[in-house]
Amino acid sequence: MIDQINRSVRAIPNWLIYVAGAVPVIWLYVQGFQNALGPDPVDVIERSLGLWALWLLIAGLCVTPLQRMTPLRLIKLRRPIGVLAFFYVLVHFLTWLVLDVQIPSQIVADIIKRPYVTVGMVSLVLLLPLAVTSNNWSIRKLGGRWRKLHQLVYPAVALAGVHMVMQAKGFQLEPLLYLAVIVLLITTRWMPLSTFRQAFVKR
Amino acid sequence: MANRWRNTLTSDDVTPEAMFLNRRQMMAGAAALGLGLTASPLRAAGLEPNSYEDITSYNNYYEFGTGKDDPARYADQLTIDPWTIKIDGMVEKPGDYAISDLVPQMTIEERIYRFRCVEAWSMVVPWNGFELADLLDLVGVKSGAKYVAFETVLRPEEMPGTRFPVLNWPYREGLRLDEARHPLTLLATGIYGKPMPKQNGAPIRLVVPWKYGFKYAKSISRITLTDKEPPTSWNMANAREYGFYSNVNPEVAHPRWSQATERRIGGGLFAKREPTLMFNGYDEVASLYQGMDLRKNF
Ligand code: HEM
Repeated sequence: MIDQINRSVRAIPNWLIYVAGAVPVIWLYVQGFQNALGPDPVDVIERSLGLWALWLLIAGLCVTPLQRMTPLRLIKLRRPIGVLAFFYVLVHFLTWLVLDVQIPSQIVADIIKRPYVTVGMVSLVLLLPLAVTSNNWSIRKLGGRWRKLHQLVYPAVALAGVHMVMQAKGFQLEPLLYLAVIVLLITTRWMPLSTFRQAFVKR
Repeated sequence: MANRWRNTLTSDDVTPEAMFLNRRQMMAGAAALGLGLTASPLRAAGLEPNSYEDITSYNNYYEFGTGKDDPARYADQLTIDPWTIKIDGMVEKPGDYAISDLVPQMTIEERIYRFRCVEAWSMVVPWNGFELADLLDLVGVKSGAKYVAFETVLRPEEMPGTRFPVLNWPYREGLRLDEARHPLTLLATGIYGKPMPKQNGAPIRLVVPWKYGFKYAKSISRITLTDKEPPTSWNMANAREYGFYSNVNPEVAHPRWSQATERRIGGGLFAKREPTLMFNGYDEVASLYQGMDLRKNF
């Protein structure tokens, strides 16, 4: 079974993942153009893209622990997941900028003055170099520094989780659960391998 | 009342005719047609009520969930008949008032008001309701009372959103007595001539058009006259972000949203932002706040 999954994952061409991953964005905008997203399409698109971005970032953080804890080999998916996550963050940001806030002076003021936007922006800025260097050429070129650079993904995703918590009004459970999952996924990185093996694999 | 407020935002001619006729039938006999028919300068700028569909499908009513579509989805569970409002505190005639007895004693009017949410979006809503001042006169306000506190019904079994402490339930709001007595302030019982939909705060809710929407307590179960500023839910949740007054004010930015502009709901994907007006355009309330620093008393 597991072997089967591993084999099928390896067989998926990357272009297919990118095309499939772009479908929700296109679908949201098509619905928006057709006025099929309710009274406030901008809000629906903005929030949906934010959630997709967060799901993809979390999915990307799951790949390595799964590889360590289970015989699943999903590493091939990590790059497309990460690049797609950045694409969603970018469209989330551009939707906010072009359709929501609109006014240039207000865009700058919002990024500086609204803490939850500032935090989201820092996350986006941290993700940018990772997206740009997610290709074989950069890995070869950067050598050992590539790994170091890509550790930025931890603060970036943590800040995305904080952004989600901060944008929620009142005391809400869902954003806190996302943040808890992110913190857990990041802290497992520092757990020695043997802890995993003992906890999950041997028994 | 000598200074009954005159509607300037009538737009019967832009409302679809079927809806208009329907509304007139519903309003017949309800002394509702004393509408000032002066053309509003704002109408030239395209001001017309949002559709019934917009108004009833895009709501903030956290007792039913934090999503804008949650109230429309879950509010049908709320039992609104029978409904009593407990009126207590510094009043001559405290008691439990059944709204089936109360509302027929009131003059129901149609008021087309701008509605401005603190989240920097806006609508235009044709409310049906009566002036809160008339109710206060009916129950008799004792001298010394300075504030009116409102409480939304709290029924966890009918209100799924209240099973988690998103806010400190029950939802509480308040007005200063002079704000409550202002002729613009309504207790609304309907929209578009139809009974108040549950997702909009049935059977009876507050409407204070120069304040942000969260001040408009919904599904009111208690009204209390007091001499102290009452605690209000959003202020208790985050005092830095939500003040007691919460007057619409484009010059006082909220920590989450610039309040200088707003997005009119219903304008589709490319709706342009519009400038927000001081007191949401209801300049007649300015005198209530003379001498107050509205930056401090936000
Ligand atoms: C890694 C980067 C980011 C992620 C993962 C992310 C994710 C999210 C999520 C999950 C939500 C909540 C959606 C919901 O619960 O309905 C949200 C809301 C929001 N995000 Fe982001 N975001 C990111 C960056 C940004 C940036 C850079 C901006 C703008 C500069 C931004 C602006 C907003 C706004 C304005 C909202 C609130 C929408 C509303 O209240 O209607 N985000 N984001």
